[in-house]
Amino acid sequence: MTELDPNVQIAEDAALIQGVLPSIDANLEPPTPERKSRTLTISTYLGPFVVFVLFIVFWEYMHRDGMRRFLDKKPSLLPSPVTVIDQAFLDTRVRGQLLEGLGWTSYAAFVGLAITIVVGMLLAVIMAQAVWVERSIYPYLVALQATPVLAIVPIIYSVFGGGMSSRIYVCVMISIFPIVTNTLFGLTSVDASQHDLFTLRRASRLTRLFKLQFPAAMPAIFTGFRISAGLSVIGAIVGEQFFRQGQKPGIGIVMEQFRQKIRYPPMYGGLLIAAALGIAVFFVFSWIAKAVVGHWHEATRRGS
Amino acid sequence: MSWTDHGLEDAPTKVAPMTSAPAPALSFHGVSMVYPDGTHALQETSFTVSPGEFVTVVGPSGCGKSTLLKVASGLHRPTTGWVEVDPRSLGYVFQDATLLQWRNVQRNVELLAELEGMPKPERAAKASAAIDLVGLSGFEKKYPKQLSGGMKMRASLARSLVLDPKVFLFDEPFGAVDEITRERLNDEVISLFNQQGFAGLFITHSISEAVFLSTRVLVMSARPGRLVADFAIPFAYPRQPELRFENEFAKLCGEISHELRGAHA
Repeated sequence: MTELDPNVQIAEDAALIQGVLPSIDANLEPPTPERKSRTLTISTYLGPFVVFVLFIVFWEYMHRDGMRRFLDKKPSLLPSPVTVIDQAFLDTRVRGQLLEGLGWTSYAAFVGLAITIVVGMLLAVIMAQAVWVERSIYPYLVALQATPVLAIVPIIYSVFGGGMSSRIYVCVMISIFPIVTNTLFGLTSVDASQHDLFTLRRASRLTRLFKLQFPAAMPAIFTGFRISAGLSVIGAIVGEQFFRQGQKPGIGIVMEQFRQKIRYPPMYGGLLIAAALGIAVFFVFSWIAKAVVGHWHEATRRGS
Repeated sequence: MSWTDHGLEDAPTKVAPMTSAPAPALSFHGVSMVYPDGTHALQETSFTVSPGEFVTVVGPSGCGKSTLLKVASGLHRPTTGWVEVDPRSLGYVFQDATLLQWRNVQRNVELLAELEGMPKPERAAKASAAIDLVGLSGFEKKYPKQLSGGMKMRASLARSLVLDPKVFLFDEPFGAVDEITRERLNDEVISLFNQQGFAGLFITHSISEAVFLSTRVLVMSARPGRLVADFAIPFAYPRQPELRFENEFAKLCGEISHELRGAHA
């Protein structure tokens, strides 16, 4: 024996002799402390704020001088941010139109996203059952992903009509790919020895799916949700370009109406609202992901 | 704290001395394994592990040691030969802890019992007892990402203990933890073996770990793996940590090391 503190050694021996296992020695095995970000306030708010100010300054500059100097265009094509706020958001009538547009666009995007999530995850589960199933279905997904909406507008029109249903279809078509691929990736990349663990206990396919594969896939699935949600918003606005019937003017339609009347400030207002919707959807889904898997999944933490 | 305190008297507690051969807990009969990619992992391997025995297999990397456990547990079907074991009595401790990251320690330890369909109150009680036994009390609500490597291995041990296995398979379980933690965990495996009386089949690279833990050490050759030596380890249980510094211990380690070097060639 080397000369250690004799008391410690005796205590350890006593524990072993009694057959009692020594409990965790904090000195030997410190649990990983929970990291807390101290630089939260500065890094979280200052950077975005500075970039925002620069963006506004650049916009104002382009309006006053840049449009003519660099693009040889009339400054009225890019109204000043102040004008946009004044004519789009402070004008009650215009604001009402824009908000109604936001409502219809959100409606199409969310219904589309809901369908996408259900259909996409079902497809992924089916594809995860066997490699040959995955191989058989995958080409059609790629084809769907690669087909431009524009190319099949007449087909969509004849099947779903010229209104909301077609817009929702466009949302689904544009946003389904990331859900399927992310879910499939999550379901099929479970650690092999964790699978062995279930195999040793003769777990059924269903048990394996719900107790192992789905929980393990949650982080990937939420990444899919987030990407698809953004695409669904794009799908809703793209859909509005082609399917305008039914008195349900989305933000894209409202913008187009202002453009036709050569009212650029409200049109830019619509653009800002559409962008805000995309950003909001992105953050909402990031937040949901963090709330659901953040307590166990490492990667959802933000690096310092 | 022992099992008895939690009303689990029927758990085996006696340490069977090596007496007249009882029915083996696990036996390999001429097991060979050739993987589909042509890797010849095991060749004509036969040995038995009796109840109360703790057998450790040492061998060069990639000699097919882990294949032994895969075959024993039924995860892999041997190319020739067969294995005799009651598959329901098996505990399997993997190379890494294989905890489910989304479950806290308590729910991870309950997992195997849950898969066996054990009712919730019973498995919760057994899990608490097992957590106690491996010294993880107070960490029940922690998630794997909050645990150190050694603590994860303890949780993994506890998870298998819940099913009261008669045969415990260990696949290099402590290869990834530091030396001090490894010795600590070895001490604990010894106490568990002492208390629970399971038969053990342990795979490792470490000769001193092998000698410290086992009643028998088997040396395996480079691929295709064959058993080339069989050492009985005479030290009595419970074994104290100081055993590692005794002459007898060092001498045995030296002999096994010599065999192992021969096996590499």
